[in-house]
Formats: sequence, C-alpha cells, structure tokens
Amino acid sequence: MYPSKFDYHRPSSVQEAVQILSGNPDAKVLAGGHSLIPVMKLRLAAPAALVDIGRIGALQGISRSNGSLRIGACVTYHEIANSADVQAAAPALAEAAGQIGDRQVRYRGTIGGNLSHADPASDLPAAALALGATLHVTGPGGSRSVSASDFFVDLMMTALQPDEILTGVEVPVAQAGTGSAYAKWEHPASGYALCGAAAVVTRGAGGSCTGASLCFNGVSSTAVAATEVAAGLVGSDLSDAAIDSAVGNLSIPDATGDMFASAGYRQELAKVMGARALRTARDRA
Amino acid sequence: MGISIELEVNGASVSKEVEPRLLLAHLLREELGLTGTKIGCDTSQCGSCTILLDGQAVKSCTVLAVQADGSEITTIEGLANGEYHPVQQAFWDNHGLQCGFCTPGMIISCVDLLGTNPQPSEDEIRHGLEGNLCRCTGYHNIVRAVQDAAETMNG
Ligand SMILES: Cc1cc2nc3c(=O)[nH]c(=O)nc-3n(C[C@H](O)[C@H](O)[C@H](O)COP(=O)(O)OP(=O)(O)OC[C@H]3O[C@@H](n4cnc5c(N)ncnc54)[C@H](O)[C@@H]3O)c2cc1C
Ligand code: FES
Ligand code: FES
Repeated sequence: MYPSKFDYHRPSSVQEAVQILSGNPDAKVLAGGHSLIPVMKLRLAAPAALVDIGRIGALQGISRSNGSLRIGACVTYHEIANSADVQAAAPALAEAAGQIGDRQVRYRGTIGGNLSHADPASDLPAAALALGATLHVTGPGGSRSVSASDFFVDLMMTALQPDEILTGVEVPVAQAGTGSAYAKWEHPASGYALCGAAAVVTRGAGGSCTGASLCFNGVSSTAVAATEVAAGLVGSDLSDAAIDSAVGNLSIPDATGDMFASAGYRQELAKVMGARALRTARDRA
Repeated sequence: MGISIELEVNGASVSKEVEPRLLLAHLLREELGLTGTKIGCDTSQCGSCTILLDGQAVKSCTVLAVQADGSEITTIEGLANGEYHPVQQAFWDNHGLQCGFCTPGMIISCVDLLGTNPQPSEDEIRHGLEGNLCRCTGYHNIVRAVQDAAETMNG
C-alpha cells in the first residue's frame, strides 16, 4: 500500500518547520510516523506535504535541571523507557513508554507524536496528566507552555494549532516521599490499552498521604483524572484497604463502550488497574 | 519529484532518487532486489518486514525511504558472513520455522533482542518478539532457537 503523493520537507530547525507549516495549510508534521504512516497508507489521511521533524537537534535528548526533567518531543519510547533519569524521576512515564506496542514500535514512536496524536488508547497521555507535565509548544507567533490538563481537549484533539509544534515535555522530578506507577490492561491483539492507569502518590513525614493523582487512558475519549479518588486518599494511611475504599468511589461518567469492551466493563477495569497503580506508586513513595 | 538519498545497505553504499512516498520495504524489495524482507500485513502489525536501521529493529513497511536517508541498514541478506549468523543457525538447528515467511523478520528481531539482552528468560523472549507474528510454529521452537543462539553467542 502506498500513501498518496505528498511533498517532503526536512527542516533543520523548529523555526523553519513552523514556517513551512504556516505556509502550507495541508501540511502535517511527521515524527516517528507510527500513527501517521499507517493512516496515510490506508488513505485515511492524505496531507499535501509532510514536515519531517525527526532530525531537528532541539527536539532530541533528555536533560535534568532545577527539579524537572525535559524530554525533547522526538525522544523515542525506547530512549524514555531505558533512561535512568526518567526511571528515577518519573517511573510512571518510563513504565508507560516501555509498555507501548512492541520493540520495533518503541524504537520509532516519539513522546511528542504520542501526545499530539492523543489517541484515547495511547499510553502516554495519562502518565503526562498524572505527573503534572508541562508541554512546550512553538508556533509562528512564538512559544507557549500548556499544562497537560489543558492539552487534551477531546478525541484525538489537543490544544495544538495546525501550525504549531510540540517541542518538549517537562516533568517535575519526584521529590522524596513521592512515587509513581503505570499499570496497563492491554487488548490482547492490538496491544493498545483497554485501560491504563497512571498514579502518583506523596507521603508526608508521618507516613500519611499528602497528595495523590490517578489518571486513565483508554476508558473515555481522552485521558481523564479521577479527582474524587485522589481527594479520598489524601489524609489516609495509604493501606491497601484505604486504596480500595478510595477507588471504590471511582466514577467515569463518559466511559466509552466499543466492540472490545462495554463502558461498564471499562469502568470496573479502571478500579482494578487504578488500585494496582496506586499500590505500586505507594510502595515507591 | 525525486529526492536523493544515500544509505548503506548490508555494507554497500546506495544512492537513489526516490519519491517521498516510497516505503523503505519497497525500496529494499523492488529497487534493490532484496526480497528476503517480506511484506505480510502491510499494516505495521506482523513484523515480517523487520530490518535493522542503524542497529535497531524497525518495521520497514512503516518507514519512508526518505526517513532512512544517511542510515545503515541490515536485512536478512546481510547477516551471514561467510557462515550463518548464530541466530540463523539456531533457527535451522531447532526447526524454528515452517513456511519461513515470518523468519527473516523474526531473525532480525532476535538479533536485536540478543543485542540488548544477551541472556533473556523465556518470558523475555516471548515478550521481546511480540512485534513478530508467526502463523505456523506456535512459537515454541522459535523460543528454543533464541535460547540456543544466546548460548552460542555467549559461549
Ligand atoms: C503496531 C503498533 C502498535 C502500537 N501500540 C501502541 C500502544 O500500545 N500504545 C500507544 O500509546 N501507542 C501505540 N501505537 C502508536 C504509536 O505509539 C505512535 O508512535 C504514536 O501514536 C504516534 O507517535 P509518532 O512519533 O509515531 O508520531 P507520527 O505518527 O509521526 O504523528 C502522529 C500525529 O501527531 C502529529 N505530530 C507528531 N509529532 C508532533 C509534534 N512534535 N508536534 C505537533 N504534532 C506532532 C503528526 O502530525 C500526526 O498527526 C502503536 C503503533 C503501532 C504501529
Ligand atoms: S508488513 Fe510490516 S509489519 Fe507487517
Ligand atoms: S514459519 Fe510460517 S509464519 Fe512463521
């Protein structure tokens, strides 16, 4: 299968890439290509031009400074899953990246592509949301920062404008007493998440919970935060019983049902996966 | 509108003028005659098109030839060096194939797997090969072949 014809651009800077995008309304960014190329081969997308950002130096690399980790948009899942910095500072993100697709997909797919594509069953949106990531975006008018909670708008829709590029993701480094984890229940054939849960838990000096966050992929049209569960955990002793009781209150009103799993099934699965992610996060806190 | 690309395929330099939409799998099979790389599903699922791109196993049906510009590529044809690569020999010895269609991609993925994890457990082998589907063997002999190759390569 061939994609339909397109022009190919390989800019060497973000500025150049943004310029090409703003001059070509039918152009699309190409990163790892592992969502875009399959849909172009099926002719479900036929952009007039591709802007290949894969070789832009500013979009590569993982660096740590001032209590945060900066991950370039074109960093692959393989690099993230195997980065000692990410494993230490944001284990939920390393775990989520390491469970995406298969080893071939993990060598090509990028964090920027995953978050920009915003497939409801993608693994990284919930992790970015739970960890309180900040997304850096550049467009023709300059650069701006968007919090993960404002980035995911709806089904495969983000806060990105067509002529904007996601340049990097900033994740706070876990402080002492904070742990995070990602637990995924995957569809046995596609490997995508029927439900993926990302949890972050902080324990105070006395051992009780001073902060929590629990977010899900795969259960509704976009990554969602279970704020009522997080609120129920704060002040608790984070025992298994406390986690089970907080998760028992989970309600995802717009849970989606499809040919693979009903909305009710996903809702129940989210309780199980949520509790697993919270327990692992607690053990790391 | 052709784009000039240069790559190294199995140790030989290649310069080509290609259409941007040409897939790497088609460059290898149709332009370079390297038909060892198979196209099975053509939808990024089966792994039969797996090749090494700068040493990493990737599905060549999901990479544009222009994205591979400047890279080094190894296909199944490039693995043997006078004698079979230990993974190829182990597939032979352990009957790790039946029809053989998945085999070139499977062997390339195994080479990558053993490169990153020289002594994988059975579970790590099965998990490590989840991007390669085999309709014939039921995978048992493939796992044995990988274990055997690991022993040879570590010995
Ligand atoms: C077999 C297979 C299994 C998979 N399994 C999983 C899975 O289990 N979990 C999972 O999460 N994903 C899975 N995926 C999808 C994969 O993770 C993709 O890599 C990802 O969805 C897109 O990232 P990419 O870098 O490949 O982006 P591309 O495919 O290049 O781009 C995707 C979209 O994002 C846009 N885009 C890309 N980068 C940027 C940027 N920096 N700024 C602005 N826009 C941008 C593109 O224009 C395009 O619209 C799978 C894919 C395959 C082929
Ligand atoms: S042909 Fe490329 S993955 Fe099946
Ligand atoms: S040997 Fe026939 S598909 Fe694997």
